[in-house]
Amino acid sequence: MIIAILLSGLHAMIPIGLAAIGETFNEKGGMFNIGLEGILLISGFTGALIAEVFRNWALGILAGLISGAAMGFIFAVICAYWKGDQMIAGIGINLFALGLVSFSLPAVWGTWGYHAVPKLVNVPKIHTPIGSLSIFVPITIVLCALTHYLLHKTSLGLMLKAVGENPEAADVAGVNVYLVRLIGAVYGGALCGLGGAYLSLDYLGFVTKTLPGGRGFIALACVVFSGLEPGLSLVAGLLFGFCETLGLWAASLPAIKKLIPYQFLYMIPYIATLIVTAIAVKRRRFPASMGIPYRRE
Amino acid sequence: MNRVADRFSRVLKPLAEEVIAVIAGLLVGALFITVCGYDPIEAYIAMFQGAFGGVHQLAETLAAATPILLTGLTFAICVKVGLFNIGAEGQAYIGAVAAVLIGAQSFPYGVHLLAAVFVAMLAGALWSIPPALLKISRGVHEVVSTIMLNWIAFYLVYYLARGPLVDASRPEKTVSVSPTSRFPILIEGTTLTAVLFIGVLFAVALYIVLWHTPLGYEMRSLGLNPNASKFAGVSYNKAVLSAFVLGGFTAGLAGAVQILGRPPTYALYGDLSNIVNIGFDGLAVAMIGRNHPLGMILSSIFFGGLYTGARWMQILAGVPLELVRIIEGIIVIATAIPEIIYMIKRLGARRIA
Repeated sequence: MIIAILLSGLHAMIPIGLAAIGETFNEKGGMFNIGLEGILLISGFTGALIAEVFRNWALGILAGLISGAAMGFIFAVICAYWKGDQMIAGIGINLFALGLVSFSLPAVWGTWGYHAVPKLVNVPKIHTPIGSLSIFVPITIVLCALTHYLLHKTSLGLMLKAVGENPEAADVAGVNVYLVRLIGAVYGGALCGLGGAYLSLDYLGFVTKTLPGGRGFIALACVVFSGLEPGLSLVAGLLFGFCETLGLWAASLPAIKKLIPYQFLYMIPYIATLIVTAIAVKRRRFPASMGIPYRRE
Repeated sequence: MNRVADRFSRVLKPLAEEVIAVIAGLLVGALFITVCGYDPIEAYIAMFQGAFGGVHQLAETLAAATPILLTGLTFAICVKVGLFNIGAEGQAYIGAVAAVLIGAQSFPYGVHLLAAVFVAMLAGALWSIPPALLKISRGVHEVVSTIMLNWIAFYLVYYLARGPLVDASRPEKTVSVSPTSRFPILIEGTTLTAVLFIGVLFAVALYIVLWHTPLGYEMRSLGLNPNASKFAGVSYNKAVLSAFVLGGFTAGLAGAVQILGRPPTYALYGDLSNIVNIGFDGLAVAMIGRNHPLGMILSSIFFGGLYTGARWMQILAGVPLELVRIIEGIIVIATAIPEIIYMIKRLGARRIA
């Protein structure tokens, strides 16, 4: 019983964790992307679409990854190269994603609200003695380690941090500020895209207009909580994944369901996010150039 | 003479930028229409006719514009202080459910409508206080806190609409508010009611508060230069709280407008379909209107026309009406680019050279 809850908490962690890990990398470079929710939605949709068209779940995951990276690319072109407002661009991405998926559900599948992804293209599970495990669990952990390595042990990570802290100095030292920020945003978008594909092809197995259900914003809260450390952001993702599971589990018990309407149990992850950010935020430090477009004098 | 020219360009440049953003949105929209195998020109003609093609269409456009003008104001007030309050969505849910709650009681005529509107606004403001307090005391980013409260509001209102407030004879909606708490209809056969005046009144009132009162001056100065204004003795906490509460009032009102001022049901649907997204549509209204209450009156009519026209487009050209949200997203993304006019000029110059 407890193992089952822990295991589903681990699975609920993945979309939040992937989006958060990618975003820590992006934010180190001094840009924040509040369009994560939209990227999860778009990539969840394209992942399901491509997987169904080619009857291949692996291609679906790849499509999710690529569409996430593409959204990161668009974000970076607007906000790094064209010095656009990151908040407005992020909100725009969220609105666009909502439009794209609401429009495509009837245009592609002829349904207004809900499209179930055929079992045929669902991502296969790894069977272990304690229960079945998604292949995304090891992928997420490996990507978390990789991101940590990139940030702290490579020259790319160093350049990213330099660009986030002092873009003028980085520029003088010969670093291409815009390109480095572009790489950060594309990497972040790609990871977020993986999370979206996981939602539609593995974890939930359907596409709706509210597929991410606020997970993109919960991921942002994880990033803030972690102080831009990928490992910590994954731990925060696990915490929220566990809250989500707890709510779903409690809602499935007849005794509790009678006492508390299920809608209140579904609020748990959102309330937990509010509480955790309220406790954690003030101690964290962010890159000095956060949110400020870089202009060459 | 110079001052006139200065004023002219101050209005004209943003206007030109927004027109370019709108054109970009419509072009991308046309691309999607074409890809999906419909005719873009036929679709846009149907959309325009549906939005502005007659008195009835125009009335529907104005009816659709009112709630999103109000939620747009919520965003615009907070932007003036430098805050990104995207909680109008949740605050409107709470306002709507409060309007149902009061509207379904029996009060005398006149008092009833006032009471329902007042309580809805108060409820919206109440829902906007937690993010303000979290911002002031803990520095929690308002984007995260308002989105979380939107979801909490969604489940709360969903529960109320399906449970305690459900209409026993028609379980797909809540009980309808009594006739004494309904706004009078302006044009028979349309959904345009007197809420139109309320929307315009609030936009003008907000313009006066922001540009002609000490509080508005302090709020705007904080948004422009937080450090200098704090040094000059402006209270950050007071300005943040005022912005959120004022925004909560208009968002709560937007929710009430959808219940008390949109025939024929005068109720909240169980799936919240007549209220969902009005907060997010307000974001687009605020951005295209440059967060200026008077500009937003124009942009809300534009978006109101987009949504109303989209229904005709769906019927006449077969294009799913959700297309308007793609257009909306592209328009907002385009407004994020600061030098859009400059870029187009440069592009033109290159072509000539």
